Amino acid sequence: MAQIVIKNLKKQFGDFTAVRESSFTIEDGEFFMLLGPSGCGKTTTLRMIAGLELPTSGEIYLDGEEISQRPPSQRDIAFVFQMFALYPHMNVRKNISYPLVSQGMPKPAVKAKVAEVAGILGIEDILDRPVGGLSGGDRQRVALGRAIVREPKAFMMDEPLGALDAEFREHMAEELRALHDRMGATTVYVTHDQLEAMQMGDKIVVMNNAVVEQFGTPQEIYDKPATMFVADFIGSPSMNFLKFHGKLDGGASDVAMHNIQCAVPTAREPFEGDMAFGVRPEHIQLADDAAFRGEVLATEYLGTTQIVTLKTAGGDVKARVPSHQVAKTGETVGLNFNAATVTLFDRQSGRALKSELNEGVLHG
Amino acid sequence: MSSFSVNEPSNRTKWFAGSLVILYAIITMIPLVWIALTGFKSPADAISYPPKYIIGSDSEAGFQPTLEGYVNLFTTRTRQTQEFLDANPPENWADEIVRKYDMVIVGPSKFGERFLNSVIIGFGSTFLSVFLGTLAAYAFSRFKIPLADDLLFFILSTRMMPPIAVAIPIFLMFRNLGLSDTHLGMILLYTAVNISLAVWLLKSFIDGIPTEYEEAALIDGYTRFQAFYKVVLPQAATGIASTAIFCLIFAWNEYAFAVLLTTANAQTAPPFIPTIIGIGGLDWPAIAAGVTLFLLPVMIFTILLRKHLLRGITFGAVRK
Repeated sequence: MAQIVIKNLKKQFGDFTAVRESSFTIEDGEFFMLLGPSGCGKTTTLRMIAGLELPTSGEIYLDGEEISQRPPSQRDIAFVFQMFALYPHMNVRKNISYPLVSQGMPKPAVKAKVAEVAGILGIEDILDRPVGGLSGGDRQRVALGRAIVREPKAFMMDEPLGALDAEFREHMAEELRALHDRMGATTVYVTHDQLEAMQMGDKIVVMNNAVVEQFGTPQEIYDKPATMFVADFIGSPSMNFLKFHGKLDGGASDVAMHNIQCAVPTAREPFEGDMAFGVRPEHIQLADDAAFRGEVLATEYLGTTQIVTLKTAGGDVKARVPSHQVAKTGETVGLNFNAATVTLFDRQSGRALKSELNEGVLHG
Repeated sequence: MSSFSVNEPSNRTKWFAGSLVILYAIITMIPLVWIALTGFKSPADAISYPPKYIIGSDSEAGFQPTLEGYVNLFTTRTRQTQEFLDANPPENWADEIVRKYDMVIVGPSKFGERFLNSVIIGFGSTFLSVFLGTLAAYAFSRFKIPLADDLLFFILSTRMMPPIAVAIPIFLMFRNLGLSDTHLGMILLYTAVNISLAVWLLKSFIDGIPTEYEEAALIDGYTRFQAFYKVVLPQAATGIASTAIFCLIFAWNEYAFAVLLTTANAQTAPPFIPTIIGIGGLDWPAIAAGVTLFLLPVMIFTILLRKHLLRGITFGAVRK
């Protein structure tokens, strides 16, 4: 059980920078998600923590010890691969006991430990089967068994649910989270699925183009995005960006967007230029008397709610409204924004402007 | 009415495919069977017309099996006068066989020795080729090697001309290095010829083994070398077995260099067998016996490795 501190971690493959100067801290016992689109450097970061890649520069502290240049065998970190990587020439029991055998643990102790782990995972009945014929879920459990059997300081998981069928993923995600809660071990989990990250994680790091965009709890990341990328990547449908050119005074609590004053959380920095007014679909209400107008383009019925797409002066907007509210295509309606939840962005850099809402969350 | 299935061949197809395989097997087997039979014929039966091919039958096509060929293969004999033969009764069953031709056995032939040379050189060079080839192929497959592609091409280029084209330089080189007619020299030569095949074949096999297995082993607390021989090697068994068979077949059958570079000490069986023709006429049964024995080791080796050739051990362990 351990805390992991990542400091200015960097990885280059020749001219290509896979991870650029990343820093974050994973607290002891946390279920920590590395989230981002493919190619963003999240798997490389995970592999550097595990020791499968050596960082170009930077430090990794595990329990206060600097481990960034040690071979994986000296880090006491377990790794669950996306493709499971069960040893195909061994049966389930041998696969699970393999990490213990390498430590030179006596045979009876290995046997007892494997039985215990099999009990936790509910795979006692397949211990003597070859791994070749196992179902996806059972392979996943065996891979987990191989990881937890030697009680490492931390677990690394590289999209462990990525290879499972959609219907089974949900179930396995719950099982994984329950297992984590039971063992309380620090877990770093790589995924590109924002729902999975929100559902399972205690904390999330969002990466894009080799850079850490934001790091925080799922709530923070959802409600107080630090960049337009994060705001766009998290949530479905994603956050709306109403584009406008304007001026914001430090301490102002409204902003003129296309000549209409819209309330925003009190600004903590002045800004002038191209901005985006970021608002989540569920924080938009349709009201006939609102000043900011939009034309209904389409509606999507989702049961209790519906997604209404509107054409406004700032671009297309999606609003999540109750499904009993009538919205006819072609009709012009007013839009009210839930002011407390709005984030303003600098469109040039994609950075969120500091406000009452997000101060304290934004780092640097 | 029979049902139609896309992936299950119809009975007619199975019957046709089966007969084709059997027909092909018969065609390839006939010369081998003929050689094996000839090894047990008397010299007269071996060249009789019409040919004789039924063992122990009194019919026109039948012959009585005899070990004459094998005795002649393994022994040297001299013709003796009737007085000598009368004075010295046959010492054993083999001696008795040669008495028919007024001969006595005076000692063993060189065949046993030459056969042993073939075994040492063939298996020695096969082991060395596969051993070095596996290590090189693993390195080429897994590590970033400067100029890896050029090195691989260079290794392959040694196969771009028939090896015999460089026979004269090799002959001179071997003479200067004192490798002519030595086991070591022949092992090194066959290894050098086989290694390009071994590296290329094994590299493609090792490329097909996902690196996650080794990474899992590294994480599980093993060193890179332990991961290599405990996890990669068992998975490469199929490739190693087939590479070993190819290497052995080449080294075992090689004739030209063996004629050129070996004369006595390290001579292998292929250049020796034809010399039987010169000793006491065209002794076809002895030649056939030699060829039969010569075929056996490769056959046994292939049969032993057969299960590795057929077993798809990596099936299903990684989800692709």
